[in-house]
Amino acid sequence: MLKLFRRTKEEELADQQRLHDSLEKTRSGFMGRLSTLFQPNELTEQTWEELEETLIMGDVGVETTLALVEKVRQRARQEGLKRTDQVQAVLKQEMLALLDHPAEMALDEPRLLTVVLVVGVNGSGKTTSIAKLAKLYKDHGRKVVLAAADTFRAAAVRQLEIWGERVGVDVISQGQGADPGAVVYDAIRACQESRQADLLIVDTAGRLHTKYNLMKELEKVRNVAARQVHKAPHEVFLVLDATTGQNGLSQARHFKEAVDITGVILTKLDGTAKGGIVFAISKELGVPVRFVGTGEKVDDIAFFDARTFVESLFK
Amino acid sequence: MFETLTEKLQTVFDNLSRRGKLTEADVDAAMREVRLALLEADVNYKVVKDLVARVKERAVGAEVMKSLTPAQQVVKIVHEELIATLGQPAKLDLSGPTPHVVMLVGLQGSGKTTTAAKLALHLRKSGQRPLLVAADTYRPAAIHQLEVLGKQLDIPVHSEGDKVPPPQICANAVRRARESAYTVVIMDTAGRLQINEDMMRELEQIKQLTKPQEVLLVADAMTGQQAVNVAKTFHERVGLTGLILTKMDGDARGGAAISMREVTNVPIKFVGVGEKVDALEVFHPDRMAGRILGMGDVLSLIEKAQATMDEEKTRSAAQRLMKGEFDLEDFLGQMQQMRKMGPLSQLLDMIPGMGRLTKEIAPEVTDKQMKQIEAIISSMTREERRRPEIINASRKRRIARGSGTTVQDVNELLSQFKQAQRLMKQLAAQGKGRRGGRFPGFPGLPLG
Repeated sequence: MLKLFRRTKEEELADQQRLHDSLEKTRSGFMGRLSTLFQPNELTEQTWEELEETLIMGDVGVETTLALVEKVRQRARQEGLKRTDQVQAVLKQEMLALLDHPAEMALDEPRLLTVVLVVGVNGSGKTTSIAKLAKLYKDHGRKVVLAAADTFRAAAVRQLEIWGERVGVDVISQGQGADPGAVVYDAIRACQESRQADLLIVDTAGRLHTKYNLMKELEKVRNVAARQVHKAPHEVFLVLDATTGQNGLSQARHFKEAVDITGVILTKLDGTAKGGIVFAISKELGVPVRFVGTGEKVDDIAFFDARTFVESLFK
Repeated sequence: MFETLTEKLQTVFDNLSRRGKLTEADVDAAMREVRLALLEADVNYKVVKDLVARVKERAVGAEVMKSLTPAQQVVKIVHEELIATLGQPAKLDLSGPTPHVVMLVGLQGSGKTTTAAKLALHLRKSGQRPLLVAADTYRPAAIHQLEVLGKQLDIPVHSEGDKVPPPQICANAVRRARESAYTVVIMDTAGRLQINEDMMRELEQIKQLTKPQEVLLVADAMTGQQAVNVAKTFHERVGLTGLILTKMDGDARGGAAISMREVTNVPIKFVGVGEKVDALEVFHPDRMAGRILGMGDVLSLIEKAQATMDEEKTRSAAQRLMKGEFDLEDFLGQMQQMRKMGPLSQLLDMIPGMGRLTKEIAPEVTDKQMKQIEAIISSMTREERRRPEIINASRKRRIARGSGTTVQDVNELLSQFKQAQRLMKQLAAQGKGRRGGRFPGFPGLPLG
């Protein structure tokens, strides 16, 4: 498939480096122990227990952890693995398999106007992630417009506008309390007419996935976009805080049901948080991680690369 | 549908045990399930280890109470241990000379700004004169957000823009509070990672300059295994005096609460339960423990029910229910009873098999809707409540007038009731099929 822009080798390396760096802290804690686990020693019962502990401490979740460990155990038996480093390789393969998904994103396909909806629970980092995305795609030659459809939280519109100014992209807004559907309608019109933009990123209000009415509202916003632009929204990204525990799966499930999320943006991966819940999300819902937020600066975003992610965990 | 811990343990004990004392073998088998349940609830791995050890110690040799199965007995012990770990709720310390300084700290996106506003409102209601301080100079528009909230609540906000260092802003705010006779200063600090050295130092400076009486860690109820490190580091650096758990209106099990309590040993002072400015509640360790153990956990519901239910009423309702008789009076009575126990949807979720009832009859029964239902049923005659089928158009109009609702509302309630009745009958039929002809271990179960 033809891409509007192709990442250069250097960019890919820079991405990998950023991801690697952000996981550095993680590694010294959680994954650090994982690597020490994998000294070429004889396998013992304790090895498996420690492995289980390490995965659970990384928020991978009980079910996924047990399934992973069982699978690797089985393979170790079948393939006659005796050393921990061999088991490491097998575990990596299995973890990678969970994150397996097609690399192409609808976001990168050429079309007149691409509409991206960004959703998530309160405080997950939607607005900041949108600013980062806008910068990333603007730097790659796309004409980006942002829609301030978080009309609920005090000052959310202002926050997006400030980011818009910093990044140098237009923000379409109607102020606090406006109907989010109307904002999206306006923004699409603006993209098609006055702004001549080819990428619209919609910021929505944070909402807990258990709030029936708010999820309905989100469906409506989605429908507004769908009516105006063929096959829109082309991407619906769920912004997920890497510190989130097992509730992340419930979030993804509910948002998928309501607005059919197509990808995850994993934020705040710069702490000691691991974001292990993405394994479960990827496995159970088939929703891939697309980007990771790796810091507080506007450039701190990287394309998610499953191999790098898993590899980094073991280094 | 979730399989509850009690149900899981039931299967464990089916193979193992009879009544009497719990043996070490019984307990060992049960502890695996307990451990998994706690881990699924995001309780930290290490904390789970300690907890399980404590529970085991108490459980081995414990007498199984007559009214409980061994499974329920174990869950009861776990439940009690969780409550003990969660500790008693504590109020804000507002002793000594004014102004009292309250400092809110936490990670990005945990809900500090919203909580600051909620807290200010809460304190004003109890007769204080709060001053909010916009000390988050980093996040774009954070100051503006607090100002907007302050304006909504008519509570003054001290801000000096985003060019002045936060410690200075805070110190100035405390001075201003002293001069203008504000009684409480609530400082909304920027969200920060516990490993960000510069930012943590800033908090220490603020603390040093303002001498806060309360340093509260605002933490998201959805936090995973990291909760331990976050709470621990903040506690080491700025000496926490309490915790506030936010976003408790979601479906997170909230095991982070246990983890944070365990490493800090400071009380949980409030929980945030919604986006509205009055959605701040005092903390109930028993509810939290039940929640961590898993929705649908019958035991915590038994305890809740015992505490709040009018037993006679419930028993008669349950008996009639089993016979397939269930009228609007029971419906109302149970709604009123259940309101005492907490949010309806959460409660229904606690009863195995009831999750779908929540979805079918009440996508989101809010308190407001609940009041409306009460009003409508109260406007009916006794006869109408017993035999809803006699309610004709003219009766509907009268009921609507009497309850200040519309005929449509009355119709809706009646159709919902019919659905509920149908479900009840199904459930009653299922219940008869089970051992003993009643729901396991739950004679007085509301709604089934």
